[in-house]
Amino acid sequence: MYSVSYQRAGTIAEAAKLLEAGDAAALSGGMTLIPAMKTRLSAPSTIVDLRHIPALKGIRATGRRVTIAAATTHAEVAASAEVKGVCPALCHLAAHIGDPHVRHMGTIGGSVANNDPAADYPAALLAMEATIVTNKRDIAADQFFKGLFETALEEGEIITAVTFEAPDQAGYAKFPNPASRYAMTGVFVARRSGQVRAAVTGAGDDGVFRSAEVETALSRSFDPAALQGVSVPAGNLMGDIHASPEYRANLIVVMAKRAVAQANG
Amino acid sequence: MGMEGVGARVTRKEDKRFITGLGRFVDDMVVPGMKHAVFVRSPHAHAGITSVDVTRAETMPGVIGVLTGRQLKADGIGNLICGWMIHSKDGTPMKMGAWSPLAVDRVRYVGDAVAVVVADTRAQARDAAEAVDIAYEEKDAVTSAVRALEPGAPQLHPEAENNLIFDWSLGDLAATDAAIARAAHVTRMHIVNNRLVPNAMEPRAALGHYNRAEDHTTCWTTSQNPHVARLVMSAFYNVAPENKLRVIAPDVGGGFGSKIFIYPEEVVCCWASKKTNVPVKWVADRTESFLTDAHGRDHVSEVEMAFDADNRIIGLKVDTIANFGAYMSLFSSSVPTYLYATLLSGQYDIPAIHANVRAVYTNTAPVDAYRGAGRPEATYLLERTMETAARELGVSPAELRRKNFITEFPHQTPVIMNYDAGDYAVSLDAAMNAADYQGFAARKAEAAARGKLRGIGMSSYIEACGIAPSAAVGSLGAGVGLWESAEVRVNAVGTIEVLTGSHSHGQGHETTFAQLVTQRLGVPLDSVSIVHGDTDKVQMGMGTYGSRSGAVGMSAISKALDKVEAKARKIAAHLMEADEGDIVIEDGALKVAGTDKSVPWFQLALAAYTAHNLPAGMEPGLKETAFYDPSNFTFPAGCYICEVEIDPDTGHTAIVQFVAADDFGNIINPMIVEGQVHGGIAQGVGQALLEGCHYDPASGQLLTASYMDYTMPRAGDVPSFQISTSNTPCPGNPLGMKGCGEAGAIGSPPAVINAITDAIGSNDLSMPATSERVWAALKAATRH
Repeated sequence: MYSVSYQRAGTIAEAAKLLEAGDAAALSGGMTLIPAMKTRLSAPSTIVDLRHIPALKGIRATGRRVTIAAATTHAEVAASAEVKGVCPALCHLAAHIGDPHVRHMGTIGGSVANNDPAADYPAALLAMEATIVTNKRDIAADQFFKGLFETALEEGEIITAVTFEAPDQAGYAKFPNPASRYAMTGVFVARRSGQVRAAVTGAGDDGVFRSAEVETALSRSFDPAALQGVSVPAGNLMGDIHASPEYRANLIVVMAKRAVAQANG
Repeated sequence: MGMEGVGARVTRKEDKRFITGLGRFVDDMVVPGMKHAVFVRSPHAHAGITSVDVTRAETMPGVIGVLTGRQLKADGIGNLICGWMIHSKDGTPMKMGAWSPLAVDRVRYVGDAVAVVVADTRAQARDAAEAVDIAYEEKDAVTSAVRALEPGAPQLHPEAENNLIFDWSLGDLAATDAAIARAAHVTRMHIVNNRLVPNAMEPRAALGHYNRAEDHTTCWTTSQNPHVARLVMSAFYNVAPENKLRVIAPDVGGGFGSKIFIYPEEVVCCWASKKTNVPVKWVADRTESFLTDAHGRDHVSEVEMAFDADNRIIGLKVDTIANFGAYMSLFSSSVPTYLYATLLSGQYDIPAIHANVRAVYTNTAPVDAYRGAGRPEATYLLERTMETAARELGVSPAELRRKNFITEFPHQTPVIMNYDAGDYAVSLDAAMNAADYQGFAARKAEAAARGKLRGIGMSSYIEACGIAPSAAVGSLGAGVGLWESAEVRVNAVGTIEVLTGSHSHGQGHETTFAQLVTQRLGVPLDSVSIVHGDTDKVQMGMGTYGSRSGAVGMSAISKALDKVEAKARKIAAHLMEADEGDIVIEDGALKVAGTDKSVPWFQLALAAYTAHNLPAGMEPGLKETAFYDPSNFTFPAGCYICEVEIDPDTGHTAIVQFVAADDFGNIINPMIVEGQVHGGIAQGVGQALLEGCHYDPASGQLLTASYMDYTMPRAGDVPSFQISTSNTPCPGNPLGMKGCGEAGAIGSPPAVINAITDAIGSNDLSMPATSERVWAALKAATRH
């Protein structure tokens, strides 16, 4: 790691001001940024820690509307009775991110802002039509995720919360990369008023995406059997030493089946 | 004392300091004035060095020195060598290319050291290392040994035409070809043994301290054999004369073979300390470990196994290409030759065997011994072929093995080894009973009802440990003898220090070696200390690798104890006015048999040192040294059975049962043996299912340079093992021991793969059998 100055922001406004300076980077758990800094692949001069800003903490559920403040850790989401009451699939997802250390440091805002193509939360947010709230505006998930590690966030813009209306049914299943344990393919399915959205993480060569094939099949019948014989094109999927595009295409269908089975309980 | 002697499950004496964080590793060592080294490494797999400009780096904060290969050469530091001479079948010696500890005009793999920065802090050294300006002229690289032999392949060393280091063979080619020609059935296979990264928990480290006042160098290093390190650094690398060089290998956190070898970094740290006049410490980071620790395995082989009409093996022919990486590491040449081809007879009576091995340079990290070293490669090839042959012949894999077992000992194989003892059917039966082999069909049907594919596979392995008779290995090209040394020092009040040339880096020697002394003398375990790992304290020794420290290292202790006991008996006989032949040593005392006369051990020791009343002419003191040179290898053997369930949707393999039945000869501490077997199997399962070292074939970049991409086995990847041992004592050493450190890693990979191929009904599968590979093999098999 190169030498770096650490700033702990007390308010969102203070954080925004600190981030204006030079090549400052926002830190919200640091599960990606800190390892990258340790290997000197990333070298901000200042890191601005958002995790201790009171306004960025906490989970609110009103009816089926769930709002999770950005600096809420994965462990807090996993253990949230409010979330579990309306959207247990999201608790399941959060409970299976990384390991206990990661879940107690990593935050939903950090994960979403980083938009790692193998992160879990982007699939949930895209499938559930969530809204990403920043210190400047509201951004629909459909417009937020722009590609590998790319989002609609502008320079200095800070995610303050994620909010969504819990779907009627939801499920998430992932097949972990054997080495990193990130999702090698993960599928989040959400059913709302008979319509199904299925978002795939870990597989697309341009980050999280919705699978039209899976959605079409599941909109006809929200049952694993509906996916029997469905195939997903491998053309736009990632290939690496762990999994070919063809294998990932297979995993999308298999994980979608498991996600639906979970949603149907 | 039966609670602490041979055969007792004594908890490990060394564990208290390890689990309380009080271990002392090289990185814990602090010497006044110590500074920190960071190596500048090649980012290219193959390139010429046109210039190395250190001027900017030298002016960076905290920098004490920036040293290059040219300075190292100018100071007469030698090239790194391979210490085992192999001759090709045409009689020519192996073609060893030059390996300078710091590259001078060419780099040959990503991570090749080019320069070193010494600075006040590690961070400053790292900053300055980035400022060393090296101009490279990139060349094409080759990472596959098969490709490196092809015409037009990039050439690594001028000494080795076509990248060929040697083309060696063992056995009778004509007899083997004749057997294949007349065979009723020949099983043919293409076998790839995947490249592995050792991944010791403690990364390599070195601390060089040159003392100008005494013109003396101390080197702390993460070594499995500090004495050999001193010998080689002195005799070949010109670091310092032996009497001016002390090598200390303190607590070492795992080696698995990778810390046998002498690497550039310890040589450079010693030289840099002399050059800069400060103690210089280097500690590898994890990616440096991936890049530069000697890798293991990486063989590509063709095999033909010939059977007569009665399903007896009549011949075995093997053609192997072994990837050696960019340079010949210290013992690299012995691994795919005398530690591999000599084990190709396995547990079977095979009248004709021929092996041809080509050793090849590539633009990858050097490859050398890794847990098992040659024997896992032989076992995987042989045991996959046996299982495949059984399927082709339509017979039970167990019965095909049993029919071909060697049953009479000693048995001379056609490939040098003379097996001294064993009972392979006992291990086979024990494993089959433990695994409920007969009940497999029902378990398979039950699994099928749950949508899972269940398979069972076995492996009957043999290996050679206790390396090795010095004259024998000398005749085969070894540059050193493979004996071991021990000194037993009885202190004046009877406590005991045992100085051993073996080195413990996880094996538990401080416990097991002490158990032997307790057994022999009846003294409490706590009164015995094991000293190792320091060339100033311990006499010359050969170190720990190849599961040799029980069979060879403890045999040396046993010999030294013989001498101590003989002298103690003389003193006791004198003190008690008895006949020396009537003295027995038991329960911590020397007794006159059949009487109530005895002298406690501490009193006997005191008498030896006060020397007030010793037999006429006897020297005072009680301290004896022994060197033990083994008469033969030892031959641990056993049978492993693995049962798997495969999810056909994803190809994911779950090991649902793993049985190991081993014959290690006599056992000192069953708990430690079980730990060795558990760890060995975990590593074998890692090789079979998870671990694969990948280089990009075009750029030569290491793709698996961190745990984000290199898959180490985790607790959840291995089942609870069912293990048992049988015992045919080894007749070749005084303790009847064979060795247990590598068996798990040797025997397990073929059992795992045989189980998977049984489950999926396809034999077209190579290690690591990742979920994707199993899924693809299953898909290809069901399409047919």
